[in-house]
Amino acid sequence: MNDTAVITPVIELKNVSKTFGEVKSLQNIDFHLDPGEIVGLLGDNGAGKSTLIKTIMGYHAPDSGGKIFFKGDELSDWSVHKAREIGIETVYQERALCEQQSIWRNMFMGRERRNKFGLLDVKGMREEAARLMTEHMGFTSSAVHPENAVLTMSGGEKQGVAIARALHFQAEVVILDEPTMGLSLSETKKTLNFIRSIKEAGKSAIFIDHNIFHVYPVVDRIVILDRGEIAANVVKDGISIENLMDGLQSVARTGTWSTKNGN
Amino acid sequence: MAINQSYLAQDSGPEEPGDSSELKADRSKSPSVWRRFGLQIGIGVVGVMIWLLFLFSAPAVFTQPAIYLAFASTTPLFLIIALALTFVIITGEIDLSFPSVMALSMVSFTWVFQSGGFLGLAFLAAIVTGALAGALNGYLVAKMGIPAVVITIGTSFLFRGIELAAMSGSGFPLTDPALDPLREVLVGRIVGGIPMQFVWVMVIAVLLWFLLNRSRFGSHVFLIGDNATSAQLMGVSVLWTKIGVFMLVGALAAFAGMVASFEVSYFWPTLGEGTLLNTIAAVFVGGTSPFGGAGSVFGTLLGGFIIGALNAGIVSAGINAFWTQAVFGLVIILSLVVQVVIQKRVRS
Repeated sequence: MNDTAVITPVIELKNVSKTFGEVKSLQNIDFHLDPGEIVGLLGDNGAGKSTLIKTIMGYHAPDSGGKIFFKGDELSDWSVHKAREIGIETVYQERALCEQQSIWRNMFMGRERRNKFGLLDVKGMREEAARLMTEHMGFTSSAVHPENAVLTMSGGEKQGVAIARALHFQAEVVILDEPTMGLSLSETKKTLNFIRSIKEAGKSAIFIDHNIFHVYPVVDRIVILDRGEIAANVVKDGISIENLMDGLQSVARTGTWSTKNGN
Repeated sequence: MAINQSYLAQDSGPEEPGDSSELKADRSKSPSVWRRFGLQIGIGVVGVMIWLLFLFSAPAVFTQPAIYLAFASTTPLFLIIALALTFVIITGEIDLSFPSVMALSMVSFTWVFQSGGFLGLAFLAAIVTGALAGALNGYLVAKMGIPAVVITIGTSFLFRGIELAAMSGSGFPLTDPALDPLREVLVGRIVGGIPMQFVWVMVIAVLLWFLLNRSRFGSHVFLIGDNATSAQLMGVSVLWTKIGVFMLVGALAAFAGMVASFEVSYFWPTLGEGTLLNTIAAVFVGGTSPFGGAGSVFGTLLGGFIIGALNAGIVSAGINAFWTQAVFGLVIILSLVVQVVIQKRVRS
């Protein structure tokens, strides 16, 4: 246990709050993600899960006083662009795709590749998109041309594009916001396998989902958000799925964590 | 790439080997030429048909070069701006203030020219004025979130008002021989009497094609017009891209303002009036989506040619001048309807 003390978290949030007008979406959040760790983020609708990850991603700026660290370094002037540059990629619930545009434009959205003349390397991006699709999305023999518009794809395929995008940039941290929503059984299974593979590769992930049967098997630790605050932080090995469900219900009813069998 | 080898691949085998491959087969090829360029081909066909119509109705006029030279000298006045406006409309916005920007930037031109006579500096001052006016539009739209159709009416009055006040409502003759070098470059005539402004339209079209299709900025223009939230989530700056597209229109409005003024050797304080609808029509006839996210420089070029041909051709073709506007409207409405129909078929 003594090496846990010296591990520097990949991401650490200290006292992060986020207020939208009158609404306090996040209140004094302390959160950390260790290298090689998969953290499940659970909580009701409106608990602040999406706000939390959008703050980590630099899409929302935290209220003053909140601090975000990446590998021990405090981050200032945080932006989505910087977050992606240092290796944080997010697969958003809404998938963050531009559907009229081609697959390759979507894969390289915001981080377009350029040649030495400063022009877009269209050929290279097309080839890379085709490669990612065959190698990682299971489209055998490039069944989908990278020039096709995303709107011609199924829900699972679109999710594949969003995930392949995170893969391409060799993310240090992958954040998945309800990645299984609207997916078929087999697509869900693939997505869960993907999350396991993140850990095998020594990278970290934050996994948000409503379904604890999806979350429990793949995560190391579970953080429960309730009304903008962290209601519980439990290591998976220390809790059974039954107790976890008990605890979640107790949070939903009373706002505090408790389980019948104690934990 | 270490992560992943397992994602999806290992599971796709037993899934649906039969039906999926058949379903997906037609997606493995690059989308057909028709699917990708159907709109542009359609617009091209419309253009050729209009030309044939003119040719048959007044062969004496349309087999002589004079009408084409007239066309080549007047079309660029609005087409130069239409090429830039394509960018704004792809982002899902609109700019109604460019006619006033044309005139406002000519104020800077005359001032700098009068005060020192540096032609290049005067030219630059006009372009910078246009770009700054555009930046103001972009800031008000993207940062303040005011709908472009409303705010650019406001800035349109503001720019025109400043121009009229600065010039005390009077014009400025551009007959000084010191202006001749710029006159030659902007509106001189080259081999066969081809007007330089026509050359400029083609040069600008090529440059803007690269900007739209081969630059990061151009990528962001498409992405933002398609889904601004997604683009923002992926780190695209909606603010700067939108300011950029409005600046582009402003700078090219300034350029077109100089071309239009030098063409008649006079800066009229009403400069730009009458260009608004032609310009916007050129973009939409050219197939740029009024919903954002789709459009092309090539389409606008064709659209501008069609609008320009109608301008130059309707009366020459012997159609009663009172019908000009109606024919105009009909062509624009028809081409928009055709585009929506084509788009729906492509998507389904």
